[in-house]
Order: sequence, then C-alpha cells, then structure tokens
Amino acid sequence: MILNVNGQEHDIDVDPDTPLLYALRGELGLNGAKYGCGLGQCGACTVLVDGRAAFSCVTPVMALAGKQIVTLESLGSADNPGPLQHAFIQEQAAQCGYCTAGMIMRAEALLRRNNQPSEAEIRAAMQPNLCRCGTQVRILRAVGRAAAVIRTAAEAHG
Amino acid sequence: MTTLSRRALLSGSGALIVSVSLRSQAQTLPPAPPDTAILPGSLQQAPYLDAWIRIDGSGAITVFTGKAELGQGIKTALLQIAAEELSVRVDHPRLVTADTALTANEGYTAGSHSLQDSGTAIRFAAAQVRQVLLNEAATIFQQPAGQLHLDDGAVVAPDGRRLNYGALVPPGILHVVAQPETQLKAPGAYTVVSTNVPRVDIPAKATGGQAFVQDMRLPGMLHARVVRPPHPGARLAALDTSAVAVMPGVTQVVQDGSFVAVVARQEFQAIKAMRALEAGARWQAAAGTLPPQADIFAHLASLPAQDISVLNRGTPPSGTAKMLSARYTRPYQMHGSIGPSCAVAQLRDGMMTIWTHSQGVYPDRAAIAELLNMPPAQVHCIHVEGSGCYGHNGADDAAADAALIARAMPGQPVRLQWMREQENGWEPLGPAMVSQVHASLDGHGHIVDWNYAVWSNTHSTRPGNAGSLLAGRLLAQPFEPPSPRPIPLPEGGGDRNSIPGYDLPSARVVYHFIPQMPLRVSAMRALGGYMNVFSIESFMDELASAAGADPVAFRLAHLDDDRAKAVVKRAAEGFGWGAKPPAGHGYGFGFARYKNLAAYCAVAAELAVEHETGRTRLVRAVAAVDAGQVVNPDGLRNQVEGAILQSTSWTLYESATFDASGVTSLDWASYPIMRFDAVPDSVEVHVIDRPGMPFLGAGECGQGPAAAAVANAVAHATGQRLRDLPLTRQKVKAAIGI
Amino acid sequence: MRFVLLLLVALIVFGAGGCIWLGWYRAIPRVQPPARTAFPSAAIEHGAVLAALGNCVSCHTAPGGAPFAGGRAVQTPFGTIYASNITPDPVTGIGTWPEAAFRRAMRQGVDRAGDQLYPAFPYDHFTEVSDADDADLYAYLMTRAPVRAGVPANELSFPFDYRFLIAGWKLVLFRPAAFRPDATQSAEWNRGAYLVQGLAHCGACHTPHDFLGAEQSGRSLAGGEAQGWYAYALDHNAPAPVPWTADSLYAYLRHGWQAQHGDALGPMREVTDDLITAPDDDLRAMVAYLAAGRNSPLRHRPPPPPIAPPAGRGEALYRGACGGCHDNSRGPPFAGIDLAESTTTHAPNPANLANIITSGIPAAGEEREPIMPGFGAVLTERQTEDLIAWLRARFGAPDPAAGIAAAVQAARSEMTQREATP
Repeated sequence: MILNVNGQEHDIDVDPDTPLLYALRGELGLNGAKYGCGLGQCGACTVLVDGRAAFSCVTPVMALAGKQIVTLESLGSADNPGPLQHAFIQEQAAQCGYCTAGMIMRAEALLRRNNQPSEAEIRAAMQPNLCRCGTQVRILRAVGRAAAVIRTAAEAHG
Repeated sequence: MTTLSRRALLSGSGALIVSVSLRSQAQTLPPAPPDTAILPGSLQQAPYLDAWIRIDGSGAITVFTGKAELGQGIKTALLQIAAEELSVRVDHPRLVTADTALTANEGYTAGSHSLQDSGTAIRFAAAQVRQVLLNEAATIFQQPAGQLHLDDGAVVAPDGRRLNYGALVPPGILHVVAQPETQLKAPGAYTVVSTNVPRVDIPAKATGGQAFVQDMRLPGMLHARVVRPPHPGARLAALDTSAVAVMPGVTQVVQDGSFVAVVARQEFQAIKAMRALEAGARWQAAAGTLPPQADIFAHLASLPAQDISVLNRGTPPSGTAKMLSARYTRPYQMHGSIGPSCAVAQLRDGMMTIWTHSQGVYPDRAAIAELLNMPPAQVHCIHVEGSGCYGHNGADDAAADAALIARAMPGQPVRLQWMREQENGWEPLGPAMVSQVHASLDGHGHIVDWNYAVWSNTHSTRPGNAGSLLAGRLLAQPFEPPSPRPIPLPEGGGDRNSIPGYDLPSARVVYHFIPQMPLRVSAMRALGGYMNVFSIESFMDELASAAGADPVAFRLAHLDDDRAKAVVKRAAEGFGWGAKPPAGHGYGFGFARYKNLAAYCAVAAELAVEHETGRTRLVRAVAAVDAGQVVNPDGLRNQVEGAILQSTSWTLYESATFDASGVTSLDWASYPIMRFDAVPDSVEVHVIDRPGMPFLGAGECGQGPAAAAVANAVAHATGQRLRDLPLTRQKVKAAIGI
Repeated sequence: MRFVLLLLVALIVFGAGGCIWLGWYRAIPRVQPPARTAFPSAAIEHGAVLAALGNCVSCHTAPGGAPFAGGRAVQTPFGTIYASNITPDPVTGIGTWPEAAFRRAMRQGVDRAGDQLYPAFPYDHFTEVSDADDADLYAYLMTRAPVRAGVPANELSFPFDYRFLIAGWKLVLFRPAAFRPDATQSAEWNRGAYLVQGLAHCGACHTPHDFLGAEQSGRSLAGGEAQGWYAYALDHNAPAPVPWTADSLYAYLRHGWQAQHGDALGPMREVTDDLITAPDDDLRAMVAYLAAGRNSPLRHRPPPPPIAPPAGRGEALYRGACGGCHDNSRGPPFAGIDLAESTTTHAPNPANLANIITSGIPAAGEEREPIMPGFGAVLTERQTEDLIAWLRARFGAPDPAAGIAAAVQAARSEMTQREATP
C-alpha cells in the first residue's frame, strides 16, 4: 500500500484497516502523531490530509490512496523549526508536551486556510484538541504569534 | 563556611576509593557516617559527590538526579543549578535522570520536592565539586585557590594559564562524601539561575523528536496489549485463545491467573488481537457492589475511620459574636493523563530492564522485583518521560505489565501501551473527600475559634509492594495489597494543608482516615491540599462576609507570615482587587502555602456566569508565587499557570463516574475537561524572587488557591455559595434560578 | 386576448388586495418593558419549563450568540429566514410588546405591528397553546436579559419576500385555534396531545411538508426534514430496527440517547438538551400520546433481517474507521452504538448517516455528551458513498443504494460552509 507522507511515497505493509497513526509511528518511525485516546476525542494524533486536520487514530490507511499526508516532522526540525514550531518554542507553550505535536498540526491546518485568524477563530479551530497540563493560554499566544509571522512573510512575497 | 582541601575531603569520609566505574556503586553504599552533621537535600541519602556530578577527562560534565522530568521543567532547572555552581554554560553539562543503575534513590518525583531535595543536593554538590577543582588547580598552578577564577569549563590562573576541568579530575577525586557546609555562589553573581533558560526538552517535542517512552523503538521490539477484567475484583473463568492464535502477526498470549496479555509484531495487530481476546474471555463477577454514586459521601462517612488529631491548639473562648458552619465535598477525580500509560521492557541475560514513566523508579523496581520473584539487582528501571501524570497514574502498573510480558519472551523487547479506557478505568483516582468547618468570630470580626475535620481515604497506594500493582492482584498467586496508612505530617495525605496558614490561637483539626477504599485511589497533584484549601479558603470568604470584611483584607488581618502577606498583596494589586466587576461577573480570591512549608501562592480570579444556562467561564486570573530562590522564572510561571487552568477544570467540571461494578467515565466524552472554549483570556503569574533563600516546591502550589478563587468568584457573581465540587453548570443554574 | 389579460390583472389585484384585506391586523400599541416584579415567580418558572418544551432558545439564538437574541439562519425552501430577537430589549427585541401582542403572535402568527409572520415560526402548532401558558411564556421571556442585537434581513426570493401574501397561505392552510381536549381520552393523553401538537411542535420537523411549506394533511409525524437532517417518522413507519417501547421513548427524550436506538443528532440534540428541565410527567404524556392509536411507532414491525453484502472497500473502511468505537463493549451514550441497532443506519434515506459520517459530533463544551470524529476531511465523496452503501446494505436499510450521492454532497457542502464561517 502506497502512502504519500510529507511529500514522499512509502510502500507500507499493514492491514488496510490499520489506522494511519500506527502506520506513521510503526512503519515510518515518525513521532509527531501520538496515541491519546484512539477515539478522535483528544487530537493528540492530529495530522493533515490534503491540507485538512484529521484524527490519524481513526483514519484507516486504505482510505488514503492518492492523498497528501503531512505530519509534524515536515514543518521543520529542532535546528530549523518552522514558524509554528518556532512560536511554540518562543512562547514555551508546553509543559509535558504530549499534546504539542497535535496542537501544532491543528493550528497548521487553520493557518493554511486563514492566516489572520481572530482569537475566537483560533479557539474554535483548536477545540478538538485537549491539553491536560493547562498550557492553552500559551498555545493560543503561540498560534497568534505564528500567524503574524506567516502573514508578514506572505505580504513580503506579495 | 569552610573551604575544602583535598586532604580534608579524602580523609573526612573515612574511606579512600581510587577507581570509579561508570556504573556507580554510590547509591548502594551506606549513607554518611553518623558522626557527620545532616547534609542538605538528598545528599543525606546519597552523600558522595560523584553520585551527583561526574567529570571525565575531556571535561564533559554529567549531572545525576534521582528525580524525573514530568513536564514540570525539572531537567532544565537542575541543569541551571549545576551549571551555575560549576560556572559553566548551561548547555555544557548533560543530565541523567532517575535510573536505578545510575542515579541516587530519591524516592518519588512527587510532593513538589524536586528542587528542595534534588536541586539542593545538586547545588551543594556542584559547589563542592567546584571547590575540589579549584583546589586541584591550585596545587598544579602553585597558586592560592582564592586567586584563581573559572571560565567556561576551565580554571584560570592570574597569569592566564588555563586548566580544563578534564585535566583536574584524577580518578576518585569526586568520590568523596559531601561536607555539610559549603561556599555557595552568591545570588548576586548568578548568570544562569534565575534566568529564563528555554526548556531543553521542548524543541524535540515540537519537532517530532524522540521525547517520550511512547516513542521508544528498540531493535526487534514487539507490541503488546493487556486485557483487563470488566471490573475490579472479577476473576478470569475461561479464556478462548483460538481466534487470536490465527490472527496475523500475533506471536503469543500471556496468561497468569487473571492477568491476560497478547503480543504481536505490529501495534494495530496487537489491538485487534486484544479485542478478539476480550471477546474470548469469560469472567467471574466480583463479590459486592459499589454504593450508588449519589450516596458516596454518606457511605464513606459510615466506614470505620482512624481519628487523627492533627492540631489542638488553645481553648475556645466564651462569648463569641458569630458562629458559622459549612460542609464541603469533593468527588473522585481523575489524573487524566493525555497519553495513556506505556512501558518498554526486555529480559536479557537474567536482567529485566524496564523503561517507564513511573514517578518512582526505585519503589517500582522493588515492587516489580517482588512481583517477578527476582532480586532487585536484576531489575533495572529507567525513567523515560511520559505525558503529564499529576501524581500516581497507571505508569507503575504499565511497567509491571510490561515486565510480566517480557518475562514470557526472553530476549525480545516489548512495548506495552494501555488503551484510553484502561487508563481511565484503572488509574488510581484522587480520593473523594468531605470536610466540615465550624468557626467563631468575635465582635471585631476576628476569628477566635476554628474547628476543621476532614474525611478521606489514603492519598498514596504507590508501590512499594507487588500487592500495590494491578498485575500483582491479578496473578494466579496474587499478592495482597498492603494496608493503607496515612502519610504523616508535615507532608500529610488527606490532611495535607488541613492546618490553615492563618494566625488562629484556638484551633482544632481532625483527620478521619478511612482505610477502606470503595474505588482505587492514590496521590493526585496536591493530594488533600486541593480539597482542604478549597474548603478553608471558601470558608474564609464566608467568614469575611459574616464579618462584613473584604476577603483580601480579612485574610491579611489573620496572617502573620510576611511572605504570605506579600503574595496576597501582590496578587490582589496585580488583579485590581477592590474594583467592581462587570455585570454577571464575580471576583474571588484564594491563598495557601503548600503543605505549610513549600511555596506560597495567592490567586485572584474573575469569573463570568451566563444566567440563562449557568455556564461559567474563568475570564482572567492573576496569581503571585513565592518559591524561595527562583531557578527558572518562566518555568515557575508555566507551572502555576498550568495549575490554575487544571484546577479550574477540576473545580468546574470534573468528577469520575461509577456504577455498581466500577468506573464508567472511560473516555473524554464521559469525563469532560476544559477545552479551548473555556480557557481564560489571560493568566498572569507574578513571581516574588527570594535570592539566596531555600528552594520551595511550587509544582502543586496553585491547585488549592485557584479552586478557592474560582469558588469564591462563583459566590460573588451569583450571591450563592456552592460547596460541592465540581461546581457544574447544572449546580450553578439551580442555585441562581430562573 | 385582452380579456384574458384583464382577467389576469384583476386576479392579481384582487388576490393581492384580498391578502392585504384579510391579512390586515391593527398594530397593538407599545408598552414600557415590564419589570420583573410585574410577574409572580411561579409564572416565570412555569414559563421556563414551557420554553424548554417548546425549545424556543434553539431557533432564537445564533451560534455563539446571546440566548434569545435571534439571528440564527433558518433555511427554508423559499430562502433564509433569520429568527427574531425575543429578548425584552425595547429596540431590537420584544420589550415593548404587551402580553396581548405575544399571544396574538402565538395564536395567529401576526406580530405586534400587525405584520404577518412567516410560518418558519411554527404558529400552526403554537396556536394550540392555551392563553394561560402564553401568559407564563410571556412572563419568562420578558424577564430574560435584554440584548440589543438586530438580526439580518431575511433572504427570500420573489414573491416570498412580501409578507402580506402569507395571509393567502393562511386562508387555505391555517386555522388559528387553541387546543381542545378529547373527552374520550385520558388526561395524560390529552396533555401529551396538547404538547406534541402544540408547544413541542414535533410535526414542524417530523411531518412531511408540501411545496407550499405546509404540513401534508393526513401524514402527521410520517417523517420530515430539519436543517439538512432527516427527522424520522414517529408513527408506525418509525425505522428503528429495535421496536420502540414507551419506556425507551421516554428514556430517549429524557436523556437524549437510548442504548438500542442511538443519540439525538443535529437539531434533535438541541431539543433533548432543552428537555433536560422538562418534568417527567410531561415527557411521559408526550410518549403516551405518540404511543397510542393505530399509527403508533410501537406497533410497527421490525424490518427483515439484513443480508450479508459483498465485502469490499466499504467493509474495510468500516473496520478501520468505525470499528474502534462501534465494535467495542462500551456502548452508548459515550461510545459508539452498535450499528445493527441504530436508527440512523436503517433510516429511509441516508441523509443523517452522511451528515454524521462527514461532520461527526464535535466536542461541544465541558458537558458529558457524545463525541464522534467527523471523516469529511479524510474520506473522499466516493469513499463516503462506499461506506454508506455498505452500512445500509449490511444493516438492512430499505433501498440501501438510493440517494447516497446527493446526501454526501449536501453533507460535504455543509462542512465546507462551516469551515469558512467559524
């Protein structure tokens, strides 16, 4: 089964009903998508599918032929973080950090379709994702901060 | 403060050990001989300097702590402390955290002790190591140590000669017992401590690095799932494995009594096999049923209790002006770790290695060794981060499960992951509690008598013993759970923070400790402190109201401790206390010193109440915290901000549900917590730094004060006093009427 | 030819004139907004219960808006109507309405100024509400928080934007009349009839409507439509595979879910959320009324057992996407219902299945309520169709392949619209 993950095609040998989460973590060794509930209730597993936020824990791989899957790893690295990752680091928007990957991907989906979200729009977009440590105020700030950076870059490029 | 000489160091211990191997024996050696004075922090348990700091020939520095990173930022803070005293850049040392083969035994990373115990030990050890290096360099340079200075990992002579730390550590030089006194760096000279060093673990977490035990991948690692009984106490009657045996990827089924697990090559194969095994299992129901949830407090009060007098001070005066009483309740609440518990284990050459996010690798090792009937020296527990645990969650049990499974497949590493329903259904809950307060005011509105009683189960069933482990109770030859015992003060369990921090010349506090536990319970962030501070601080507002006093002024009038008064004033000022809230909003205040000996925290909250629905939302919170010498101000603020949001979620929404056979709040739909729609607009934390003062644990200091601030704000907004947690929308609506 | 033209013009003129004449109502003079003290608290509290039964807050509150302040878009076949602000604000709400004006709106579908109200406000049901209940509802509404909020203008196509034409519609299709009990029936039945036909206005959604937007006579509660959701038949055509009983129907209304039938979805979820405060007796009365009679949903026969459809893409999609929640032992209300028992999989059309697969049940807030992830982001239209086709065939829905493409298209366009306007 061929999956397009972060711009590359991978031939994955899993049962077709395997949720994407386990293919990403087990077969591709990616850490971004995390197991939080397996029920689509917490968002720790959030990835992008064709640009939209999706719960990888309830998305079977056989539904994903020909679709573009994007995970946290493609947004940047520790040495070269992308705007959202950089904003989360600048704001220190993490305590245990387990929800962080899913939060960044949910925010990425928002900023791809709307790079000047109001705070109300950010809150509504992030609603499916849980943070148990109580870091949400910093997370909101980080998303707003990244939006400003992305907007400025977009305006600079005209 | 005596400066150390090498001779004094070596001779003071009574033993000279020349060679040091990396697999330290420091933690198995006896503690300091009885004729030395008490050593600061955890040095008392592990007095050798090289239990904490190692330097190799290249100058690489390794710092060891028996504490674990739980997401509270301790890795970063401890590195700051070590780097400061060693006068190196903060990215120079490497930190090794809780590992039964490498680090000191510092018990559990719990009770907000990490900086107080480990931070203090590392601070003193590092300072003494610094002195050892200076003395060694002094000998080599033939210069007085006082003339030398430190620069970026080297000792520099007045004439500019440099000696790297790596050149100053002949074998054994750090294998000396720490001295009780040492020359610490003056806070005024700090360049690393008290600065906002960015958390060393966040970049990996934000970019998909391997950061959690859930991310571990060992060569040949297999995936496992456990099958738990349908409810506690049920025993396995029959297990039909025929369906599972033919499922692709399944390598084996492990069964011992009622302990059932399945192993497969791929993770989803293990999940499917688990479901098939669940279908093939037949269970014998447990004897006895749980009381109806609505009756739980009456039920707890009816159970046998040990009545412990926590405080008995003064005599009640006669002729008081006003007497007030109140009763408060707190339901069972869940830790609710975002990532269900996980462990990786491997049995190789007779050694069982377990990678676990347990808060206590040593106690968990002891329990697992007993479980497996192996010598503890053959069990190696290594802490690897999990998601936030907020106390005793499923981590220790998952480690035991993984070990049992690994034992059945020697040589192969196995990763055992709990499902969401298993974490919710089997984690030990925060205990349900009841408190009763009765106090008197004199004619001047001053408290002249105070009586407080609290009823609770134990707040710690941590391993320890194999019987504390879930797996231990499921085996064919089960282990008995130990009898629960109260945690003695000053730490306390259900009675933590039951003694108010106010100046009360006549006060009695009684702790009704209830050993019998209808539901599995254990330590949850702040332990009894959450409920006791909620009760005490709610009642302070009720007293203030009866006295016609402003809640903040009332508290200040009853506080003796200057540091307490300072946090109260700072929070109130930062908040703008005294102004009138907008329509439909209320203001509330809460204060406590955690455990009456750790950090001081005051919280002021503004809460909005939607009249039509009773829905409440924390609009903003302003807090002040005094944690002694601050190591990482932003890290401290992050912890207190998080505590405020988490405690608000507990206070407004959270109660575990159960029916006759067990817990029913098995997922996030049935146990809702705060989502982004309810997050406040702002949370400000003012840090009152106390340079040079001892570290005060702050990880749990916000839970109680925030709960009280929220409850008092609800009362202020609605004119109705709610005393039964959680303060749900339905309760608020019923209180405010149509 | 000229004669025909003249006749046409005359018809239009007389028709319009007739409507205007028939539809002319005098304006009722404004009053000062009454104080809370003008109403006994018993009246206000009873009014709250009535408002819950009538689910007023649902239509009259915009998403994220203040309660009763209007602004919610109600889609009709004739265009979009925006629900009015019924808070006691004197400028943008009904603060200056005397009780008589409120009663006239409920009984006759005419506002204070004398203008016709569109029957999107279901006065064809509310007409049955008694004067006493209208008075208590008035007491409740006039004591809510006044909110200064105008609502957008209706977007109706010609000629439906002319209110006076409603008078003609009413002439044919509406008879204002308060409920009259049936002496041959029990008190409980009559209470139930009063509520179901009147305040609870079940037929507004659950009865099929004709092209004029009126309920089809003789087909009461035979199944209808609401805001893109199919409102199941409440009569003997009820599609539930497990037969309803009085107890299960009561439990469904009481809790918003029932283990062998499913969760209340879409607009019905808003109804059952509101019914939380409704008295048990009233719910039981409604059930008693629905359950009685020759068209009772309790009387229907369960559908034939399903045949195993060929395994295919749909089945693998089901196992990977749905099985995790719907195949485990936890059960409703928080875990997925066993789809063999779900009304949604057995419905006469796939609209609700398409909606819920596409958009799920979002985590609304901090209450104990079902959460279901939506799959619209990860499944294509074709995949959603495959999944629905398999589900409906697997669980024996009638005419399992029909209407799926259109239902999926509608569900996805609603999802896209919602994403664009948070």
